[in-house]
Amino acid sequence: MSAILKIDGLKKRFGGNVAVENVSFEVHPGECVVLAGDNGAGKSTVIKMISGVFQPTEGKVYKDGELLTGKAPEAVRAAGIETIYQDLALADNLDPGLNLYLGREATRRIFGLPFLDRKKMRDDAVEVMRSLGIVVPDPAAPVRDMSGGQRQAIAIARAIHWQAGIVIMDEPTAALGVPEQREVMALIERMKKKGVGIILISHNLPDIFAAADRIIVLARGVVAGERRPDETNDEEIVRMMMGATL
Amino acid sequence: MTGSEVNGVDAKSKPGEASFLRSLLNAWSWLFLILILGFFEIYARAETGNTFLFRIHNLQSISVAASQILLLGLGLTLVIVAAQIDLSIAFSTGLAAVVMALVLRSAGTDAGWGMVILAMLAGVGSAAVVGLVNGWLVAKLNVPSFIGTLGTYGIARGVALIVAGGATVSISNDNARNFGNGDIMGIPIPLVTAAVLAIACHYLLSYTRFGVHTYALGANRAAVERAGVDVKKHLIKLFVLSAITAGIGGLIYTSRFSAGAANAGEPILLYAVAAVFIGGASLTGGQGTISGTVIGAFIIAVIQFGLVFSGLPPYWQFVAVGLVIIIAVLVDQSKDRIVGGKS
Repeated sequence: MSAILKIDGLKKRFGGNVAVENVSFEVHPGECVVLAGDNGAGKSTVIKMISGVFQPTEGKVYKDGELLTGKAPEAVRAAGIETIYQDLALADNLDPGLNLYLGREATRRIFGLPFLDRKKMRDDAVEVMRSLGIVVPDPAAPVRDMSGGQRQAIAIARAIHWQAGIVIMDEPTAALGVPEQREVMALIERMKKKGVGIILISHNLPDIFAAADRIIVLARGVVAGERRPDETNDEEIVRMMMGATL
Repeated sequence: MTGSEVNGVDAKSKPGEASFLRSLLNAWSWLFLILILGFFEIYARAETGNTFLFRIHNLQSISVAASQILLLGLGLTLVIVAAQIDLSIAFSTGLAAVVMALVLRSAGTDAGWGMVILAMLAGVGSAAVVGLVNGWLVAKLNVPSFIGTLGTYGIARGVALIVAGGATVSISNDNARNFGNGDIMGIPIPLVTAAVLAIACHYLLSYTRFGVHTYALGANRAAVERAGVDVKKHLIKLFVLSAITAGIGGLIYTSRFSAGAANAGEPILLYAVAAVFIGGASLTGGQGTISGTVIGAFIIAVIQFGLVFSGLPPYWQFVAVGLVIIIAVLVDQSKDRIVGGKS
């Protein structure tokens, strides 16, 4: 299977400091690639270069063979690469449907005037959420009434509804309780089944082993190693994070 | 399906119960309005043997007072929902009133409808300039709206007084007077104007993408920016809208009293802010409705008129309105606590 996303020799220099150097990897459809590493290893810098927030000093990013490097974050999103932030970027006071459609709301015309099509947006939200295995208790209630895992699901539903091929998740379980962490891990499995490629940033070892098809360990801005979960163990990954390149 | 659900329907969510409680608490302002109307009705019958509520004159007076509050409060509601504030509306009203009066006076006493409309456009236009400056300060220069609009409050006040020569600008134009004091089938024109604007603002806030972005802006500005909405442009539109509805308040003032005064809106500013908060808005943004502000304005107007009607010293209205504001905030807080709102 050919890769959806190809990352080739990314390097980022901030002033005199090289934050990230020589990072290359590919993401295939339905695959979850975990970027693991200690704080300051350069994980966030790498994903910001993919999502267009930072422009790399060197290196290129391709989606389906098309060059993405140099594009603005909106253009990268439009190309089907959705980033799910730690704070989820939800408007807490709006219902799931409006959050799903935020910035792209559906309207219909009544006597020539545009009116929000709340029903369509709610129905779509319920349907996408159901495809992720989440039952929305009250589609008209604001999302602040929902659990952390359900809110995470809305952010993911947004990516799926707008047909993102690649979803980047930055520490999605960081602020969640244990049951909700499980929900998010289950959501990642469901996205993989839908053929979405996932880049997951984490330094939580159980999460890494549960979700990953491949683990790429970053240490001090370079790739310290790449492993499949079944050919490695906690200890080796930790050693690689600490910088002992094997 | 049930087996593969990630969450199922967990114990925490009892949607039916919560939304019933929520709607009951949301309706408190309606109940409160009915309560004070009932109070004044009983008081009036006991003291004077007359009805309070069922006299056209009383209803007209209340509705005209409420309209004045509304014309400042409607645009302000959208600004407050977006987690901003606009203090300058007090003098957007005054500036519009003075500019309209000056244009009409220079046109002479027998100026026709065309001239009246031109004068009104000039008045609203001058208010819109204040709104543009507010929007530019808040959106482009990142000045907190409380400070920025406090600055333009002073500037608009000064400009209005300067162009008015420090005095009230009296006019004598029959068309303007008929407009301000007329009625359509017994409904005073100020109320008709406020009602039309209320419907327009309600449509904007509750049925359009503009309204959704306004609510979202009040809850999470970063989310709206990431969704690709031009937040700066949106903020500028909000402040211009707020200045325009306040400016229309100034036009009504000049038409009713045949005089434009720089301080036409000043005594109403805090009532307008109060009406928005009594109507369920929150200082932190993301909440509030036009229907809430309409009820808030009527609660204040009924208190104002009712106390005068009852023969109490008029100063009690300040005490009463102050108490209602505090009650409104307490109800809002307990609503969050009971139904489980924002943490």
